[in-house]
Amino acid sequence: MDSSSNILSLLIWVPIVGGLLTLAVGDRRGAMGRVTALAFAIITLLISLSLWNGFDRSTHLMQFVELIPWIEPFNINYHLGVDGISMPFIVLTSFITVIVVIAGWEVIQDRNSQYMAAFLIMTGLMNGVFAALDAILFYIFWEAMLIPMFIIIGVWGGPKRVYATIKFFLYTFLGSVFMLISLLWLYSESNTFSILAYHDLKIGMTAQMLIFFAFLLAFAVKVPMWPVHTWLPDAHVEAPTGGSVVLAAIMLKMGAYGFLRFSLPIVPDASSELDTFMITLSLIAVVYIGFVALVQQDMKKLIAYSSISHMGFVTLGFFIPFMIFKQSGSMEGAAIGVEGALAQMISHGFISAAMFLSVGVLYDRLHSREIGDYGGVANTMPAFAAFMLFFSMANAGLPGTSGFVGEFMVILGSFRANFWIAFLAASTLILGAAYTLWMYKRVVYGKIGNDGVAGLSDMNKREFLMMAILAAAVLAMGLYPAPVIDVMHASVDHLLQQITISKL
Amino acid sequence: MNFDTSQLTAVAPEITLLTLACVVLLVDLFVKEESRIITGLLTIGSLLVTAIVVYAGMGGESQLLFSGSIVRDPMGDVLKIAMLLITTMVFLYSGEYQKERDLYRGEYFVLGLFGVLGMMILTSAHSFLTLYLGLELMSLSMYAMVALQRDEARASEAAMKYFVLGALASGMLLYGISMLYGATGTLDIGEVAKAIEGQSGNSDLNLVLIFGLVFVVSGIAFKLGAVPFHMWVPDVYHGAPTSVTTYIASAPKIAAFAMVMRLLVDGLHGMVVDWQQMLIILALLSMALGNVIAIAQTNLKRMLAYSGISHIGFLLLGVLSGTEAGYESSMFYAITYALTSAGAFGMILLMSRKGFEAEELTDYRGLSKRNPWYALMMLILMFSMAGVPPTVGFYAKLAVLQQVITVELVWLAIAAVFFSIIGAFYYLRVIKMVYFDEAEEGSRGIECDDLSPAGITLSVNALVVLGLGLFPGALMMLCQTAIG
Repeated sequence: MDSSSNILSLLIWVPIVGGLLTLAVGDRRGAMGRVTALAFAIITLLISLSLWNGFDRSTHLMQFVELIPWIEPFNINYHLGVDGISMPFIVLTSFITVIVVIAGWEVIQDRNSQYMAAFLIMTGLMNGVFAALDAILFYIFWEAMLIPMFIIIGVWGGPKRVYATIKFFLYTFLGSVFMLISLLWLYSESNTFSILAYHDLKIGMTAQMLIFFAFLLAFAVKVPMWPVHTWLPDAHVEAPTGGSVVLAAIMLKMGAYGFLRFSLPIVPDASSELDTFMITLSLIAVVYIGFVALVQQDMKKLIAYSSISHMGFVTLGFFIPFMIFKQSGSMEGAAIGVEGALAQMISHGFISAAMFLSVGVLYDRLHSREIGDYGGVANTMPAFAAFMLFFSMANAGLPGTSGFVGEFMVILGSFRANFWIAFLAASTLILGAAYTLWMYKRVVYGKIGNDGVAGLSDMNKREFLMMAILAAAVLAMGLYPAPVIDVMHASVDHLLQQITISKL
Repeated sequence: MNFDTSQLTAVAPEITLLTLACVVLLVDLFVKEESRIITGLLTIGSLLVTAIVVYAGMGGESQLLFSGSIVRDPMGDVLKIAMLLITTMVFLYSGEYQKERDLYRGEYFVLGLFGVLGMMILTSAHSFLTLYLGLELMSLSMYAMVALQRDEARASEAAMKYFVLGALASGMLLYGISMLYGATGTLDIGEVAKAIEGQSGNSDLNLVLIFGLVFVVSGIAFKLGAVPFHMWVPDVYHGAPTSVTTYIASAPKIAAFAMVMRLLVDGLHGMVVDWQQMLIILALLSMALGNVIAIAQTNLKRMLAYSGISHIGFLLLGVLSGTEAGYESSMFYAITYALTSAGAFGMILLMSRKGFEAEELTDYRGLSKRNPWYALMMLILMFSMAGVPPTVGFYAKLAVLQQVITVELVWLAIAAVFFSIIGAFYYLRVIKMVYFDEAEEGSRGIECDDLSPAGITLSVNALVVLGLGLFPGALMMLCQTAIG
C-alpha cells in the first residue's frame, strides 16, 4: 500500500504543480503551455483512475488516509482520506479537467496558458476539498478555490464579468465565513479539527440549530438552493465555457457534498428537526426554478436555472431519509434517496458539462447565447445537432441516460415518505423536458434563422472528441449505473446509521 | 542606585542601534550628494546588525534591569526582530522613490533609525516613564519624517495634524498614567500590577484607577488609530510621502501592540474586566467604520489607511480575550499585518515614477497585462489583507477569532467576519483593476520590468506572505513561546 498511500496528495499537488509549470512555460512558446496543461490533466486523471481501482467497496472507513501534523499550535493536521461518498467526485473532477483543457484549446486566445494554469490549480484545490478530513484544511481548499475561479470569470468572461465575478466571490465568501465560525466553535468544544471526531461529538439542540444554519448558509449558497441562488445565473452567463463547466459540474457538487460530510452527521438532530424546511426549499428549487428556466431567452441562463432545479433533487434526496425514519422508525429503503442524490450529482456533472460545452460550441461561432439568434442549426451542423439532442434528452431525464437514474431513485425514495412530495418532484420530468426540448427545438430545428446560422460549420475533431467522451459517459452511466452506486453503498449505509443516533 | 555593567549586555541592541544611528548621522555629513547611497547602505546595515545582536541575546528568562525600568523578555526580542527586519524592508523599498523626489537625504535615514530605537525602548519598557520615553522618541521621529517634504502643502498639513493629535494623545496617556500613579504610588509596571491586585476591594481607589484606565486606553487607541480616535490616520497616510507612509504603516503597528501588552496586560491585568469592555467597543467600531469607509476610497493610500483601521480592530480582538493564547494570536496578527502592510505600500513605491504617484486605484488598471509577476504579488497581498487562504492573513484572522470564540464572545466573532466580508469587496476591487480592466489609452501607466531592489524586496515580501500562509506553524510557535 506504500505506493498508493500518498495518492490523494498526488491528486492535489500534481495539478497544482502542473499549473505552475504551465504558467512558467507561458504563451511565448506557442502551444507548449497548452500541451503541458493537457499532459498534467491526463496524468491527474490516470492517478484518479487508480484511486477508483484501488478503492475497497466493502467498507465505509476512510481509505488512502494521510495524516501529518501541519500547524501544531492549532492542532491542525494535513489529514486526507476518501470514502465512497467523496471518491467518485475526485474522479469526476479530474475527468472534467481534461475536458475543460480540451475545450479551451483554441478558443481562448488571450493569455491561454494562464487560463489553463488557473484550471489546473483549481483542480488540485477541488480535489483537496473532497479529500480533506481536517476542518481547517477543508476550509482552506474551499476558500482558496475561489481565487482561480474569481480570476477565470473576471478575465475571460463576458461583458458583465466584473459584476458577476465579484458577486460570485462575495456570495460564497459570505456563506463560508459563518461555517468557519461554526468550525471554530466546534474546535473550542472538542479541541480538534478532525471532521470524523466531530461526527461523534455530543452537541446540544440550540447549538445544533445554530451550527446547522451556519453550515446551511455555506452549503446552500454553493449548491445553490433557492433563495440564495441568484449568483449562479450571473456567474454562469458571464463565465467562459470552461468556467461554466467547472462551476456546474464540480463546484455545485461541493455544497451538496458539504451537507453529507458536515451537516447531516455533525448535527443530525437539527437536520432531522428541519427536514420539512429543507424539503420545502428543495421542492421550490425543483418546481419554481423549473418554471423560471422555461422563460429564459439566454441559453446559458436556461441551463444555469436547470442546474439549480436539478440540484434541488439532490438536496431533496438528502433530507428524505429523515422523513422516512420518522414515519417507519427505520432507515429501511432510505438509502435509495441518498444514493439517488449522489448518482444525480455525478450524472449532472456530465450532463451540465456537456450542455455548457454545446452552448460553447455555438457561442464560439456566432458569439451569441440568445436563443432567438439561432434556429435551424441542424441544417448546417448535423453532427452537433445529434449530440446536443442526446444531451438535451439526458438533461430531461430520458431513461437510458444517466439523468434518469438519479431522478428516478430520488422520486422512488420520496414515495416512501410522502406521495405529494414525490408528485411535486416528479413534475420535473415534465418541466425539464419542456424547457430543455423547447430550447433545443428553437435553436436546432426549423428553417435556418439567419445568415450567421447559414454560415456555420460543423464541429471540428477537437469538439467532436470532447462531445463523444461525455456522451459515452452519460450513456454508460445511464445503462449500467451499478458500479457507481456500489462504490457509494457502504458509506451511505454508514451515514444513515450515524444520523439515526441522536447526539443530544 | 546600584549600577551593574553586566546589565548593559541586556540592552546591547538599543545601545548598538543608538551608536550606529549616530555613526550614520556623522557619516552623512561627509558623503557627497551623488554617493548618498553609502548612507542608505549603512542604515540598512545598522538595522541588520542590531537584529543580529537581538538574536544573539535571545533566550533565557525575562530580566528586569535598571531598577526595574527596563525588561528584556522573549516577547520583546521577537517583536524587536520583527520591527528591525520589516523596517529594513521599508528602507529597501523606498530608496528609488526617495531619490526621484529629492528626499534621499540623511535626515530620513537617521530619523528612521531613531524611530526604530524608540519602538525598541517602548517594547522593553517596564516603567511608565520608559514607556513614554520610547513612545515619544518614536512619535517625534515620525512627525518629522512626515514633514520631510517641506514644499508640499499636503505633507506639511499631514505633519501638523499628526503632531497636534499625537501630542494630544500623549497628553491623555500621561494624564491617565498620573492617575494610576496617584492610586498606586509607583511608576513601575510590575509594582502597579501588584498594587492593583492588592486593593481590589477599595472602591474609592478603584474609581481613580478606572478613571486613569480610560485615559490610558484612549491614548493607546490614538496611537493605534482605533475608532473613534482614528481621524489622523487617513490624512497622515495620504499626505506623507509614500515611503514614510510605508514606514508608519508597518513596524509602528508592532510597537503599538507592544505598548498595549506592557500597559494593559503587564500593568493593568487586574482590571481586565474593565478594559475588555472598552476594547470590545474600540474593536467593533474600528472594524465597522474602517471597512465601510474604505469602500468609498478611490485613492489606494487612503483605502489602505482605512483598511489599516479595520485591521487594528481585528488585532484588538485577540487582546481583549484576556488570555495568553489571545495575546499570542494578537502578536501573530500584528507581525503579519505589518508585513502585509509594508508589502502593499511597497507596491505603491515600486510603481511610482518621477513626478507620478501611483496612488490612485485606477493607476493599477491592466497591471496584469504589463507585468504579470507584480500583478500576482499584488493579488497575494490583497487576498492576505482580505483574509483568504492560503495566505497568512487567513491564519491571523483565524487565530484571533478562535480566541474570541473560546471566551464565549461568539457574537463578536460573527460581527467580525461580517465586516471582513464587507472588507473583502474593496480588496477585490483592487484585484479587479489589476486583472480585469484594461489600462486607458495614453494614461501614464505604471511599468517596471527592471530588477530593482524594491522589486526584489516586494517579491520576497509577498512570497513570505504566501509561504507563512502555507506553513504558519513556526511563527505561531514563536509567538507562543514568546508570550507563554
